[in-house]
Amino acid sequence: MITLQHLLTLSGILFALSFAGIFINRKNVILLLMCIELMLLAVNFNFVAFSRFLGDLDGQVFVFFVLTVAAAESAIGLAILVVLFRERRSINVEDLDTMKG
Amino acid sequence: MLIQALFYGFSLVLVLAALGVIMTRNPVHSALCLVLAFFSSAAIWLLIEAEFLAIVLILVYVGAVMVLFLFVVMMLDVTVEEVRRGFTRHAWVGWLVALLVIAQIVSVIWFRGLGIDATVGAVPLPPDYSNTRELGAVLYTQYVYPFELAAVLLLLAIVAAITLTMRRRAGLKVQDVSAQVAVRAADRVHLVKVAATRREQPVPEGDPADAAGTSPIGPEQSK
Repeated sequence: MITLQHLLTLSGILFALSFAGIFINRKNVILLLMCIELMLLAVNFNFVAFSRFLGDLDGQVFVFFVLTVAAAESAIGLAILVVLFRERRSINVEDLDTMKG
Repeated sequence: MLIQALFYGFSLVLVLAALGVIMTRNPVHSALCLVLAFFSSAAIWLLIEAEFLAIVLILVYVGAVMVLFLFVVMMLDVTVEEVRRGFTRHAWVGWLVALLVIAQIVSVIWFRGLGIDATVGAVPLPPDYSNTRELGAVLYTQYVYPFELAAVLLLLAIVAAITLTMRRRAGLKVQDVSAQVAVRAADRVHLVKVAATRREQPVPEGDPADAAGTSPIGPEQSK
């Protein structure tokens, strides 16, 4: 029997791993984007689990919209990445210091 | 019992795949591990009877987004060593934060409680329940306006991605549509008023040298 506790713990572990991934792969923009996708997956896990266990479909509708926005985000992010690589020949985050941020 | 065993199996695969995403040295391997993570998540969503979203996750993420990721990773020829310089400098911070987050979430879920009883299974659904039909019934009535907005957002993403990556080469012959639309008839046709002149008298015949000089093969033959 799968309980809500199991699902929430799994999504917590997934979120923490992707969070650690952002710290570990601080150089590579592609891996940062992948870690963000993994984080969104963990959040979607929570939505689906609560939707199923509370008997309310609105959570699943919200997951649908999160998937839409995440697809748009990764498409635009990868487009920016391609333009960036064309300009700088590098995808290292530390090279992107033009604005002194 | 079988469902629980499947859940633990897919969870193990999911966590290992997530570890693979953040630990492997090659971005292509990371992308493939992410595909595996999406597949096992879809399997777990099937186990908790969210069938539509499980299929959508595979179709949209594995079918479109991850293919895009792999395409970009393989298109940019980034050397692995250059990307992985300083790989372990901040690693301990990452693991520390991850452990903290896991400890907090687990303590909240398992010891503090959520205000609802989280230790029971979900209410079993009736055998003729269709997740897709119910979701569609909600999506096209109550959420139809956000649904349209999502469609506009996707269109915006298409336009933005194409505009960003389109390369304008020099000397490329393209249509200038606004110039074409803005053209007027006066720009294209000029009516030239030619002053009327008297017709010349015809040249009298009988001058063969002049006639041979005007023919195209005349000079070669004369030499």
